[in-house]
Amino acid sequence: MTSRHATWSVEAGQQVLDSLPSDERLILPALQAIQHEFGYVPREAVAIVASFVNVSVADTHGVLTFYHELRTTPPAPVTVSLCMAEACQAVGVRSVAEDVAKAIAPLGQRSSDGSVDVVEVFCLGNCALGPTALVNERLIGKVSAESLVRAVASAREGVNA
Amino acid sequence: MTRVYVPRDSAARSIGADEVAVAILTEAALRGVDVELVRNGSRGMLWAEPLVEVVTDAGRIGYAGITSDKVAELFDAGFLTGGEHASSLGVVDDIAWLKDQQRVTFARMGITDPVNLDDYQAHGGLRGLRRALELGSEATVEEVLASGLRGRGGAGFPAGIKWRTVMQAQADQKYIACNADEGDSGTFADRMLMEGDPFTLIEGMTIAGVTTGATIGYVYSRSEYPDANNTMREALAVAYEHGLLGADVLGSGKAFDLRLRVGAGAYICGEETAMLDSLEGLRGMVRAKPPIPALEGLFGKPTLVNNVMTLGTVPAILADGAAAYQAFGTERSRGTQVFQIAGNVDRGGIVETGFGVTLAELVETYGGGTWSGLPVRAVQVGGPLGAYFPADKLDVSLDYESMIAAGGMVGHGGIVIFDETVDMSLQARFAMEFCSKESCGKCTPCRIGSIRGVETIDKIREGVDRANNLVLLNDLCELMTDGSLCAMGGLTPMPVQSALRHFPEDFQR
Ligand SMILES: Cc1cc2nc3c(=O)[nH]c(=O)nc-3n(C[C@H](O)[C@H](O)[C@H](O)COP(=O)(O)O)c2cc1C
Ligand code: SF4
Ligand code: FES
Ligand code: FES
Repeated sequence: MTSRHATWSVEAGQQVLDSLPSDERLILPALQAIQHEFGYVPREAVAIVASFVNVSVADTHGVLTFYHELRTTPPAPVTVSLCMAEACQAVGVRSVAEDVAKAIAPLGQRSSDGSVDVVEVFCLGNCALGPTALVNERLIGKVSAESLVRAVASAREGVNA
Repeated sequence: MTRVYVPRDSAARSIGADEVAVAILTEAALRGVDVELVRNGSRGMLWAEPLVEVVTDAGRIGYAGITSDKVAELFDAGFLTGGEHASSLGVVDDIAWLKDQQRVTFARMGITDPVNLDDYQAHGGLRGLRRALELGSEATVEEVLASGLRGRGGAGFPAGIKWRTVMQAQADQKYIACNADEGDSGTFADRMLMEGDPFTLIEGMTIAGVTTGATIGYVYSRSEYPDANNTMREALAVAYEHGLLGADVLGSGKAFDLRLRVGAGAYICGEETAMLDSLEGLRGMVRAKPPIPALEGLFGKPTLVNNVMTLGTVPAILADGAAAYQAFGTERSRGTQVFQIAGNVDRGGIVETGFGVTLAELVETYGGGTWSGLPVRAVQVGGPLGAYFPADKLDVSLDYESMIAAGGMVGHGGIVIFDETVDMSLQARFAMEFCSKESCGKCTPCRIGSIRGVETIDKIREGVDRANNLVLLNDLCELMTDGSLCAMGGLTPMPVQSALRHFPEDFQR
């Protein structure tokens, strides 16, 4: 586990759910709250969310698998979300992605040392200063593989601190 | 005490604005000078970011493209009194790129401190809400109708008609749902308003609430916008503190509660009925219409769904009157559009101006051509479902009617520029790929057709039975256009077929 997130337990999960405001006691906000706290939605959490919201496990699972961002396994300490949409394509993100594949990991994969997930996203709203990526929650413009490697290093310092 | 502005906008921060802000404070302390640092929104001149502004007797002087290592130099040049420096743009309000625009929705953008309500009111904020409370519901809706304001989310439906429908609907609960799921590539106006002038959106939604009788509002934003969401949360807290939101809006006796919800990475949740399902905590599946959301929306209750730009324009319309707003624009496309110039562009950013500006003016006059310096080859207008225009067809007027006549759409106003290195068959392939990844899955032409589209374009690109596969691709596009429930499947053919039409050579390589 990374220090970005708490360690899962049934009690900790229940506590997260119990602190949800009344209008967020719905499947998606409940799953998001779990992921926000623990970094992912553990298998065990699905049934707990379902009974908390009072819906079926199937419906909960359906929501969990619909949204690209919800995940069922723990994330790496650092996530690089590289924008692969048109405005970033226009300034060469396809070749940046190839460089990132060599320097860190291919899109959709984890670096060999397990420290970085590289994921594909579509538009980060920085389309005039692309190519663009989020490194954890930090937005970075005009990226190259080199600048991303540097940003990952400083994000790791933040995580370990 | 000299006041210095450094934007807190995430685009400016993405290229070092935070570091510049820190460097200015450090250098000022070192030199023993008093500096009041304000983190403003961005002026929208993204080509000039990080843009440092200094308040002088002559006005606000701007210094463009500042990095933290240039800050000491700025002090040496006497920038605190507007001293000359290679990066100086002079008085920011006099820069033609800004001055020639017609800023209404973005009138305050970059000028104020985004989360300071006093600053907001000193620059015209809350006049619209006060006037709406005076006018009452019927007259406020009349004003929105008379302004000619149409939805800025993409479909261009007249806002006033939707408002009237929700106002007249009878129900124990009504909702306002602001669509801030800005997923179109090449668009960032919603994000910038939420980061740079969030009270405008809050005011617009509050006007909508007190006018239609909806007491609860949601802003449905995206997880890809962490900074915008943080600023919205901050602004909402300030608004509650000052009685702008809550049980008694500005002492009117009317209640309006406003909350932020964030999506989880799904383009289709920008479609209004999918957004409503997502707000209900469900999979973002598109609903068949009717019933329309204005009558049966969130949790089956009457719901006003409008885009951030639509709601963010209402305060100005109420404050200055419908006539002033509808003086901008063309015959049937009234008012201004906040265009966003992006992609391979020299001077990208926000250009708000009346409908009727040509694509060429935005690409050449404002955009200054490409960033790479190579000739412009293609321009995509209106997001991933919008058409590609070739360089010799940029004289089209940007208004709803002319764009449809030219085989395109204004959409949310995104303009993405490509230089001559673009491979249009690859762009067509991406349009299909994007649809296959983001389809909600309800209809076969969209869910399966887009996958077949990728395969067919791959065959064409590889030269496999090209003639027949081109026929097949066009057939598939027609089927998707006719057989899809929503514009995801229905408009994906637009970029594909415009690429085929205007750039046939790229499918014959
Ligand atoms: C696939 C798809 C994506 C959409 N994305 C958005 C979006 O991100 N933001 C938005 O305001 N409207 C979006 N729309 C349009 C909405 O369905 C709806 O028309 C709009 O939110 C209504 O608000 P308006 O009348 O103020 O434009 C999208 C539509 C489709 C079909
Ligand atoms: S066209 Fe696509 S996104 Fe729209 S309802 Fe059908 S399957 Fe869903
Ligand atoms: S297209 Fe990459 S940030 Fe918008
Ligand atoms: S299962 Fe419905 S079309 Fe095949």
